[in-house]
Amino acid sequence: MALFNASRSTLSGAIRAGAAAAALLMALQNGLAAAPKTITAVMHSGVRVLDPVITTAHITRNHGYMIYDTLLAIDEKFQPQPQMASWAVSDDGLTYTFTLRDGLKFHDGAPVTAEDCVASLKRWAQRDGGGQMMMGSVASLEATDAKTINLKLKEKFSLVLDLLAKPSAIPTFIMPKRIAETPADKAISEHIGSGPFKFVAAEYQPGVKVVYEKNTDYVPRSEPPSATSGGKVVKVDRVEWITMPDAQTTVNAINNGEIDYIEQAPWDLLPLVTSNKDLNVVTLNKLGQQTMGRMNWLYPPFDNPKIRRAALLALNQKDVLAALVGNPEYYKVCGSMYGCGTPLATDVGSKTLTGDGDVEGAKALLKEAGYDGTPVTLLQATDVTTLTAQPIVAAQLLRKAGFTVDMQPMDWQTLVGRRASQKPPAEGGWNLFFTNWVIPEVWNPVVNPMLNGRGKTGGWFGWPEDAKLDAMRAEFVKVATPEERKAIAARIQEHALEVVNYVPLGQYDVPGVWNKKLTGLLFSPVPVFWNAEIKD
Amino acid sequence: MLSYILRRILAAIPVMGVVALFVFLLLRITPGDPAAIIAGDMATPEQLERIRASLGLNQPITVQFFTWIGQLLSGDLGTSLISQTPVTTLIGQRLEPTLSLALVAITLSILIAVPAGVMAAWRHGGFIDNLVMSGSVLGFSIPVFVIGYMLIQLFAIDLGLFPVQGFRSIFSGIGPFAERIVLPAFTLSTIYIALIARMTRASMLDVLGEDYIRTARAKGLTERLVLFRHALRNAAVPILTVIGTGFAFMISGVVVTESVFNLPGLGRLTVDAILARDYPVIQGLILLTSFIYVAVNLLIDLSYAFLDPRIRY
Repeated sequence: MALFNASRSTLSGAIRAGAAAAALLMALQNGLAAAPKTITAVMHSGVRVLDPVITTAHITRNHGYMIYDTLLAIDEKFQPQPQMASWAVSDDGLTYTFTLRDGLKFHDGAPVTAEDCVASLKRWAQRDGGGQMMMGSVASLEATDAKTINLKLKEKFSLVLDLLAKPSAIPTFIMPKRIAETPADKAISEHIGSGPFKFVAAEYQPGVKVVYEKNTDYVPRSEPPSATSGGKVVKVDRVEWITMPDAQTTVNAINNGEIDYIEQAPWDLLPLVTSNKDLNVVTLNKLGQQTMGRMNWLYPPFDNPKIRRAALLALNQKDVLAALVGNPEYYKVCGSMYGCGTPLATDVGSKTLTGDGDVEGAKALLKEAGYDGTPVTLLQATDVTTLTAQPIVAAQLLRKAGFTVDMQPMDWQTLVGRRASQKPPAEGGWNLFFTNWVIPEVWNPVVNPMLNGRGKTGGWFGWPEDAKLDAMRAEFVKVATPEERKAIAARIQEHALEVVNYVPLGQYDVPGVWNKKLTGLLFSPVPVFWNAEIKD
Repeated sequence: MLSYILRRILAAIPVMGVVALFVFLLLRITPGDPAAIIAGDMATPEQLERIRASLGLNQPITVQFFTWIGQLLSGDLGTSLISQTPVTTLIGQRLEPTLSLALVAITLSILIAVPAGVMAAWRHGGFIDNLVMSGSVLGFSIPVFVIGYMLIQLFAIDLGLFPVQGFRSIFSGIGPFAERIVLPAFTLSTIYIALIARMTRASMLDVLGEDYIRTARAKGLTERLVLFRHALRNAAVPILTVIGTGFAFMISGVVVTESVFNLPGLGRLTVDAILARDYPVIQGLILLTSFIYVAVNLLIDLSYAFLDPRIRY
């Protein structure tokens, strides 16, 4: 018993001494260990959908760029560049061979294979408009070995690389085959990519917070970063995206040093941040966004091309942009349906839009068309700051030209549901609504969702049936040189504005704001966090 | 008493059932389409239809209703259509900020408003009374977001005493929790301080004229004992009712305060779910709110018996 007691005493003493030593060691370690380098960012919206293929929501696309890598990417001049894969094209232009680079690994440790890429591309092509069009020209898409993907075309399709590299709305994010085989209309439930950051599921709160940590296994390319291409070198341990529903609170938080970065600062609050010498206020997405109006071709009055044309003549970009943005530093009139500053930019056919409009011409055309006063049911989103001004200005300009306008205010999500209705306006349908696009979503006739003429079944809301437009698009994808593309794109725009496929209402920028201790942010059409560094 | 509680709990079941039915039907006739919200701007009608099918939204409403009721009976509130997260998880993530805010705000309200109301009644018509009544008019009149911004400007930005925004769990330490909850709780409590102070004053004025108060004073009791032991206890029933319903209201979500201070609570979850037409989340939240109201009302009723021995169930 004594022995036992002695042993127990010795043992407990040893344990106590050990515990004390361990505690001391841990305390020292904690004291010495550097806190993880974390960027706290407030993005334009909360992440609620994690599948970047099922949705075209920009915040989900941004999330995609954090955790997934793309097969190809674009540089600052919007040219396709190798990312996960390099490519070779056969002499006849009908076979594309993609070869995966070394060191690609998913976050679960599995190597990225050509089969994963093929499954991901097939899922992408079911949801992406450009992808669907491309697949119509594809004879086969298959993995020929673990690192090689072979894409054979039935006919010429010159936009293969552009589509595989495009940064929005649905980029070619590569997922493990088992995940990519999820039907394209069902959200994926595992979020494993091979990108430079890993998604931290345990800290995810939909609509509130999403956390990414550095993927230490990621092997970046050796080239310098350029837009979404080049070396994705991660220089921080964590990136936390937090959602703030109140813009004033967001501005207060960055002024108080509680957050490091605001993706999109509201124009009216910019004076509160430009006066702070510790902050940068810069537009990282140099292309900006296009605002536009879309008419419903199915019902009066806009089933009549002359009346659509009269509406286009009544509108002008200056009035809309002045009301929407206010500060001319952040907007520009732009006569191009493809956005200004893009390879296909042209102002053909947009003279009245970029000028002061032509109210008298609109009145004359309305009279010629025999407009009977049928009201224009105009949907007005009241809860999205970048969409509230356009309907008000447009309604006034249309009324000035002689239109009867029935403006119906609603929240954006109601509008999103209602614009899908093909019923007559009096039965829950509509005649006119407004929305915005980032420029890469409209920068050519294939990705631009409005520029398709497939009518009620395959067209975008408004459902124009326009065989001539579709024929020109088909021609566009077959030509090879930039000059030929530009010429056809100009013809498409001329036609689209003549029949009033949609009304581009100008281009605007939303600047980002960040603390100067955060450096290395890249100019890119989508916000990316590789290359970014933060000082303690 | 026990049989009364059981009867009240049983009576709550049909109430919850009716709430469930109405919420379900109202949501289905509200314009908006979760599939369109998920799909984003570029979806074609065909793609939208396929997403609707994958979410089960193309099934007849009766089938959808009974599927949901079946889930409810097995304790499952369903899964968010948008984030694919279980509704119980979403509510669980948002409960602590809301509960913390409500508890601290109602505690602050009681600690400030009840003594203020008692003092106002005690010095009826005097300076203190006028001060309390003026303060309560201000508390009612100034919008919550204005008070929030003013407090942020003064205490967070100018004096640097508190962070501007955010929430930390109490389990991460009392300090970080307290420094982030004080300003929103005070902001939220202003209207309740005003309400409870007025109610306390009015109830106390009724009671202070009673014979037993005169008797208590005649016995030589101190004013403090007269006011707080004899008068306040008898005036407590309406005050407690206001406190209880106020607390239930706070728990069901206070979106303005949550937004101004960036607290990820139930109020914001409710607004986000409504805007996204996330039916299962809205239904779950409304059921939870109804349950809280039923439970708080029951607790208030039971507390009457403790405060007033004449009340027996």
